[in-house]
Amino acid sequence: MTKVTMTVNGKTVSGDVEGRTLLASFLRDDQGLTGTHIGCDTSQCGACVVHVDGVAVKSCTMLAAEADGATVDTIEGQANADGSLNVIQQAFQDHHGLQCGFCTPGMVMSAAALLKENPKPSEQEVREYLEGNICRCTGYHNIVKAIMAASGQDVTAIAAE
Amino acid sequence: MYNFDVEKPGTIAEAAAAMGADEAQALGGGQTLIPTLKQRLASPSKLVSLKGVAEMQGMGKDGNTLRIGGATTHATVAADGSYPALSALASHIGDPAVRNRGTIGGSLANNDPAACYPAAALASGATIVTNTRQISADDYFQGMFDTALEEGEIITAVSFPIPQAANYQKFVQPASRFALVGVFVAKYADGVRVAVTGASNEGVFRWTEAEAALSTNFSASALDGLTVDPDNMITDLHGAAAYRAHLVKVMTGRAVTAAG
Ligand SMILES: Cc1cc2nc3c(=O)[nH]c(=O)nc-3n(C[C@H](O)[C@H](O)[C@H](O)COP(=O)(O)OP(=O)(O)OC[C@H]3O[C@@H](n4cnc5c(N)ncnc54)[C@H](O)[C@@H]3O)c2cc1C
Ligand code: FES
Ligand code: FES
Repeated sequence: MTKVTMTVNGKTVSGDVEGRTLLASFLRDDQGLTGTHIGCDTSQCGACVVHVDGVAVKSCTMLAAEADGATVDTIEGQANADGSLNVIQQAFQDHHGLQCGFCTPGMVMSAAALLKENPKPSEQEVREYLEGNICRCTGYHNIVKAIMAASGQDVTAIAAE
Repeated sequence: MYNFDVEKPGTIAEAAAAMGADEAQALGGGQTLIPTLKQRLASPSKLVSLKGVAEMQGMGKDGNTLRIGGATTHATVAADGSYPALSALASHIGDPAVRNRGTIGGSLANNDPAACYPAAALASGATIVTNTRQISADDYFQGMFDTALEEGEIITAVSFPIPQAANYQKFVQPASRFALVGVFVAKYADGVRVAVTGASNEGVFRWTEAEAALSTNFSASALDGLTVDPDNMITDLHGAAAYRAHLVKVMTGRAVTAAG
């Protein structure tokens, strides 16, 4: 076991991990932050996306030991300070960007990374950025619409399909 | 996953020493290795993480050569732009999260038959720099998942001569995001090089007939009379050998046209 320390959603946390402990497992099992989901074994679904030092990574494909000393942001840290949903989360609710909700934490974290890099993406850019986030329910359309709306763009022309 | 220790060296010398341990294995971005470990297809005793080796990070141009540290991420290469066709290739590997972790050294060490970087390295006549020697791309790729790397050898950097014109065309296999067929065309003063990934049972290869034709006439029409032999091409549920052979020519033509 090795001791790791990291800043998760603004708080310093530490724990003892095995070499093989994934960042996703550390967050879920050690820290109780179960908003980060594990949807596959093949690094393809994106349900586990968190931000490490400001960029989107698949927490199922990074070792907890590699995140020692890093700043990690998860879905639990996304709401506004008063507990209300942040602009991306609210847009997902307003535009029906989720159904079962399993993919949603990863979708919101990917969307947040996209809007940080590219505050006014085109619909095509949103779709390309979400290549590594799989949703089995929505057909993506309303997810794209929600992210476009969260970026402050007019989405009335995007039909709800 | 079987358990293993994780070591985090800060220099190439420390990394090379750590790799000397029994059953030690390099860890680049983990975007291939971690899924492999989850399937218990490997059981290293120790992973040597290369992410903390500062000498292996980042990239820089020296005259007409672009040197990329072996632990440089796909995202960093994508954002660079001193070799535009290479940055464009990096920007379409997998998805953003994969690009934020995956490294050029890991991709070349793995030499997946459908990976993108091997095509760029071979078409550019790149040099693979390791902790012990320099290997030309023509000698480096030795078949599917097979390379000239020795046990414990680390790719510390890759040097690319920047071509006059180049382009990579990837026919995406939509489930995996790898190349069903990908073709990298690079035009240098002394001739054109064409490297194909995703297609052959032997891994990445040079299409020498196309190179000869394009070196005389750099236009898609120069390929008109050529055919690609489907004999040694991959057949899987995503595409048959004949389909892949056909795609090689189509993608080469598109790459030439796009390179201009
Ligand atoms: C969803 C998904 C989609 C992907 N799509 C694509 C794609 O479209 N095109 C593509 O080309 N790739 C794709 N990849 C693979 C990705 O590019 C990987 O990042 C890459 O293949 C391996 O790089 P890594 O740094 O992650 O290496 P690791 O996974 O850490 O290592 C891979 C192998 O290389 C060895 N190794 C690592 N670094 C070094 C080094 N510096 N020297 C010597 N040996 C080393 C390791 O021991 C291991 O055997 C995809 C991966 C995923 C998960
Ligand atoms: S759980 Fe991480 S990509 Fe599927
Ligand atoms: S809402 Fe169910 S997987 Fe996306």
